[in-house]
Amino acid sequence: MIILLAIAIGALFGGATYLVLRRSVVKLILGLILLSHGVNLLIFTMGDGVRRGAPPLIDASGQPPAGVADPLVQALILTAIVISFGFTAFVLALAYRSNQAAGSDDLDDLSTTDRL
Amino acid sequence: MVFHLFIPIITPMIGGALAVLFNQQRLVARAIALISVLINLGYGLWLMSVVPATGPLVAQASGWFAPFGISLVVDGMSALMVMLAALLMLTTIIYSFYSIDEQREDHFYYPLLLLLLLGVSGAFLTGDLFNLYVWFEVLLVASFGLITLGGSRDQLEGGLKYVVLNLLGSTAFLAGCGLVYGFAGTLNMAHIAERMATLANPGLQTVLAGILLFAFGSKAAIVPLFFWLPSSYHTPPVAVTAIFSGLMTKVGVYALYRTFGLLFQNELATYGPWILLLAGLTMVIGVLGAVAQMNVRRILSFHIISQIGYSVMGLGLASAAGLAAGLVFTAHVMIVKMALFFIGGAAEQIYGTGDLKKMGGLARREPLLALFWFLGILSLAGIPPLSGFIGKLILLQVGVSQQAYLITAVAAGTSILTFFSMLKIWNEVFWKKSYDDVNRLPRVPFGLLAPGAALVILSVALGLLAGPLVDYNAIAGQQAFDRNVYITAVCGADGCEAVYRAALK
Repeated sequence: MIILLAIAIGALFGGATYLVLRRSVVKLILGLILLSHGVNLLIFTMGDGVRRGAPPLIDASGQPPAGVADPLVQALILTAIVISFGFTAFVLALAYRSNQAAGSDDLDDLSTTDRL
Repeated sequence: MVFHLFIPIITPMIGGALAVLFNQQRLVARAIALISVLINLGYGLWLMSVVPATGPLVAQASGWFAPFGISLVVDGMSALMVMLAALLMLTTIIYSFYSIDEQREDHFYYPLLLLLLLGVSGAFLTGDLFNLYVWFEVLLVASFGLITLGGSRDQLEGGLKYVVLNLLGSTAFLAGCGLVYGFAGTLNMAHIAERMATLANPGLQTVLAGILLFAFGSKAAIVPLFFWLPSSYHTPPVAVTAIFSGLMTKVGVYALYRTFGLLFQNELATYGPWILLLAGLTMVIGVLGAVAQMNVRRILSFHIISQIGYSVMGLGLASAAGLAAGLVFTAHVMIVKMALFFIGGAAEQIYGTGDLKKMGGLARREPLLALFWFLGILSLAGIPPLSGFIGKLILLQVGVSQQAYLITAVAAGTSILTFFSMLKIWNEVFWKKSYDDVNRLPRVPFGLLAPGAALVILSVALGLLAGPLVDYNAIAGQQAFDRNVYITAVCGADGCEAVYRAALK
């Protein structure tokens, strides 16, 4: 399980890095989305359920209850998903407006604020 | 248990909501913004008067005791930052009354400012690592709104870079947060600090500290992660640039202090020299970056980066005295930098441009503005008896006493370069002869002069009466560097691990 997840996370990070380094704004945003998914999976692997095979919960007898996963990483991921969803919507709107204003999707054309 | 610690978070939250509701009545929205910030300022000042004597104050959200719930912790460093955030926001709001156009006010300008204050105050108060991430996102989304509000081409282009690079930094922080949870099994900062000190796995700790150094370094704009700053900070209105210069990068510095002072203090021995190297590079590259620029706010933006180097140097010295010196300097630079942005922005408003070549002769036309600018640049360069002198002197003293001669020399040399760079603006804007008749220029309104002047006067006062500030920060630095004080305040004398074990039984 953890090997599969590690490969998936690596692929997501690799793809995200490739896309973020492209010149197109749309691909850049796709890269950011992939990156947030990669991080969410990374947090998922940090849960006790995956790493130690047991959640950080115990019942009255001091044993971990069966069929229970680490709820904390799920709460973290849920929060992170909501935040990255909101930011993705904002970045898409921003990219649309900057495309309207600059008339280009190429990051090399969006350098007026850096010129002397 | 002190539930009033929630005041600096609740006040801007309710104020922001009310300001949205009353957005159509402009005066009401302004009054709400002003009142919320004044409440925060008063509370921050009260905290600063209390915390040095009582030690850190703690509140547990919803009564869930630490390390299970989210704790709010105020020590000397947090109290100072909460107070400064409110003070700087107050000057920004007053400056905005006179400089922000009606269209921006109609599009929720004041609610966004209050939302920014909410995020910043929350980040300074929280004692939970994931909660810190959430507050970072709150202040980021407010800053995204502020930097793109208005939608000119420059703002959209600069804003895109600002947004994307800050999101990358946040994602690194989130990854670091998840990994810390996986390693320590907790997110409460006091509990993490305890487990980091006892669990022996130095390799992993170094990696975790490195990820968080990258994340907060990109927020604080240290070399080589600063590129978003100079390409975006000069695009929004002056008031927005000013509050960003005062708050945004300093939240990153605060997070670095908190992470390395509390969570990864063991790693400071490993990272200290590297942080000093980054600090030196940040100082020099920031100030050299300003050389080629010919625009008031772009020059000042590069100086933000340069000054961040000094704040980070305080951390790299890896001692309570270093943190204390860094805090004194950070407090000074937050005040003076904003004053310079306000005054430079007022000059920009008079000429209708920030291009140095098109400006000139302002010293004769607006002697008061010129006076305060000159005092401001003297303070930034570190000329006695202004606050910059005290800030740099203490930092250099600690550097010498810890045999960090190289970084001390770089810091001293950078001061001279800073002064030269600031003299360029002085010569071009205030001193040289104007091509146009200066008498035809509009006069600077009192509201644009007053906030900057007040901050410069504060800087002079802090320089002349440095004793209380230095004493306060000596205690704040000790509290920030002493893990036991923090852990005892949050979890009790036995520590978080004991509480945790007892709760499991």
